[in-house]
Amino acid sequence: MMRFLRSAFVVGRRDFSATVLSKTFIFFLLAPLFPAAMGTLFGGIGARVAAQTERPAVAIVAEQTEFRRIDEARNQLVEALGDGAIIKLVGYSPEPDRAAQEQRLLASHTPPIRAVLSGSLDHPRVVGSLGNDPATLSQLQLLIEKARAGDRDQRSDMDVTEVQSPSGPSQSDRVSTAWGAQAILFFLTLMLSTMVMSQLIEEKSNKIIEVIAAAVPIDAMFVGKLFAMLAASVLALIVWIAAGALLLQVIKHGGAASLPPPAVGWPEFLLLSVIYFGMNYLLFGAAFLVIGAQASTAREVQTMSLPVTFAQMLIFALAATAINAPNSPMALAAAAFPLSSPLTMMARGAEQPEIWPHVVAVLWQAAWVALILRFGAQLFRKTVLKSGPRLPWWKFGRA
Amino acid sequence: MLRQAQHERIDQALAVQAVDLVKDFGDTRAVDGVDLAVPTGSIYGLLGPNGAGKTTTLRMLIGIIDPSSGTRRVLGRERPLEAASEIGYLPEERGLYPAMHARDAIAFMGALRGLPIAEGRRRADELLVDHKLGDWARKPIRTLSKGMAQIVQLLGTIVHKPRLIVLDEPFAGLDAINQARLEELIRRETRSGVTVLFSTHVIAHAERLCEQVAIIAKGKVAFDGRVDEARSRLRPIVRLRTRASDGPWRSAIPASARREGGEYVFELPEGGPEPLLKALIDGGAGIDTLNIERPGLHDAFVAIAGDSVAAAMGEEKPQ
Repeated sequence: MMRFLRSAFVVGRRDFSATVLSKTFIFFLLAPLFPAAMGTLFGGIGARVAAQTERPAVAIVAEQTEFRRIDEARNQLVEALGDGAIIKLVGYSPEPDRAAQEQRLLASHTPPIRAVLSGSLDHPRVVGSLGNDPATLSQLQLLIEKARAGDRDQRSDMDVTEVQSPSGPSQSDRVSTAWGAQAILFFLTLMLSTMVMSQLIEEKSNKIIEVIAAAVPIDAMFVGKLFAMLAASVLALIVWIAAGALLLQVIKHGGAASLPPPAVGWPEFLLLSVIYFGMNYLLFGAAFLVIGAQASTAREVQTMSLPVTFAQMLIFALAATAINAPNSPMALAAAAFPLSSPLTMMARGAEQPEIWPHVVAVLWQAAWVALILRFGAQLFRKTVLKSGPRLPWWKFGRA
Repeated sequence: MLRQAQHERIDQALAVQAVDLVKDFGDTRAVDGVDLAVPTGSIYGLLGPNGAGKTTTLRMLIGIIDPSSGTRRVLGRERPLEAASEIGYLPEERGLYPAMHARDAIAFMGALRGLPIAEGRRRADELLVDHKLGDWARKPIRTLSKGMAQIVQLLGTIVHKPRLIVLDEPFAGLDAINQARLEELIRRETRSGVTVLFSTHVIAHAERLCEQVAIIAKGKVAFDGRVDEARSRLRPIVRLRTRASDGPWRSAIPASARREGGEYVFELPEGGPEPLLKALIDGGAGIDTLNIERPGLHDAFVAIAGDSVAAAMGEEKPQ
């Protein structure tokens, strides 16, 4: 066993150094920046477009005092519902030719005027194209009623006592945590899968595979390669998590602590995140390493990547069915199926407080990692190194 | 107890032992019942044309692949990977990581076989200096010439000081200078008690280096023994040039003698050189020159493996 571990370590150390000390690892570390940068860029463009596209307003042609009462009524509604939910008002002093003023205002583009409210609060009159916009008319009626009420509409005093909700964060908060965790885990593994698939191409194309195969067991080489990639990924993950937490601290009040806490608690959830990331990576990585080991060129690996990505998306979809229904038959099946188990259990950690199912799941997943690696090493020996007697397929696993 | 002691004696005497090794790839039998016995401390050559089964035999012996049937015993172990730390292996298809520095590549190969990486680097530096590659120690493999890279890989094969060195076609691709260096390196290793087993399809290398050879043709061992023994299967060759063109002396020459550039070439008759000389002198041959040559390994190989196999091996001349 010691020899096995030592051999795996030697192979893993070489792969880890070759990955982390290469210039391309910087691009790997920067990988999440690209979608973030794209999001910021397009978000900024969207915000600018939204800012430049002025909301239609209602022109209030009234004396200064009346306009102030209507505007005050609007401010009260804005306080309760937010500025975006309430129509915009623009005040104008009445002109002698009311009809001409209305026509001119309705033709205005700065700002675009949807309707013109004139007359007085007691006898209001609205002109405009409101046929497709009953909400604007309703809001205008509400504003006029509030403005008419004036001082009589004093807000009632209320004793407010702040208490902590006994049930903690709502179920919907936890669902979003579960969904977010699953999505992050899925995308990380998706990103790494192609890299793992091409892990043995280097050895094959450099013809060093025979030197390694003559010195160490193939299983040890597989384990070494897999853990080297895992170590490089965890290193990147630490950088990404730290950067993400820092970013949250900067852009969100309360920082990472303001995120909805998962059912098992943050420390346990973060530990489970690392474990399930490892397990998910090892399960997919072992499978992809085995698949990739059959390829002899980078082109073949590329050809294999697409079906493999689709397979991963199907598994993600299966795991996603468990969210919000962690004890449903589908969720239990997804937790039992080795390749969807880490994603499913990750979501469970966000929604359910029990720890013991995670212990069982991790042991189950570890057993499958070992099984896939063992099978992969045998397959590699038989198909790539062409070793061992030919066996009928029903005896394959016993070789 | 006695049986075990006998086994141990055999293990010590033989570095590699193979009994009836067979390897099938699908319906093709690549190796067909190979028996080998490589004495400890010897230089042993596996001789045969391309496709004879040499590489497959070596790969089975060192445990890269398993035989379809038969047994192997390497440094006393039936599972060769258990003896990996005592074996050095240079495959026919050479390869190193192109981005790795020469010293790291050597240390990595040593580490694969159990040598601590720091010690591997230290020895790598020494070996590279010894082989006039000291200036290249910290340069990536991709910047080295093909010959230099081969030497680096060879140094990686011996860096952990193995007891058995297995070299598959080690001279292929090397120029004359590096071939001579490699021959010297092999001799130096054996002087310190290391066993060297190498395959080649160039007879001259085997002839210069090996004490024992196995001649493999079509997956079978056609001959296994000492080089002298292989040669002794053939009678010495006589090359005779005479002044007289005919006379009673002609009866002393075998009927199978052939003429080559004015010389008679024939196998020395059973009686040896003295009766032949007497008959030639008494018969008035007027001997101009007479050479009695010991047959080379190539001649022995032709006799053992056949003309077609020898012709397949004759394509590449040693440098």
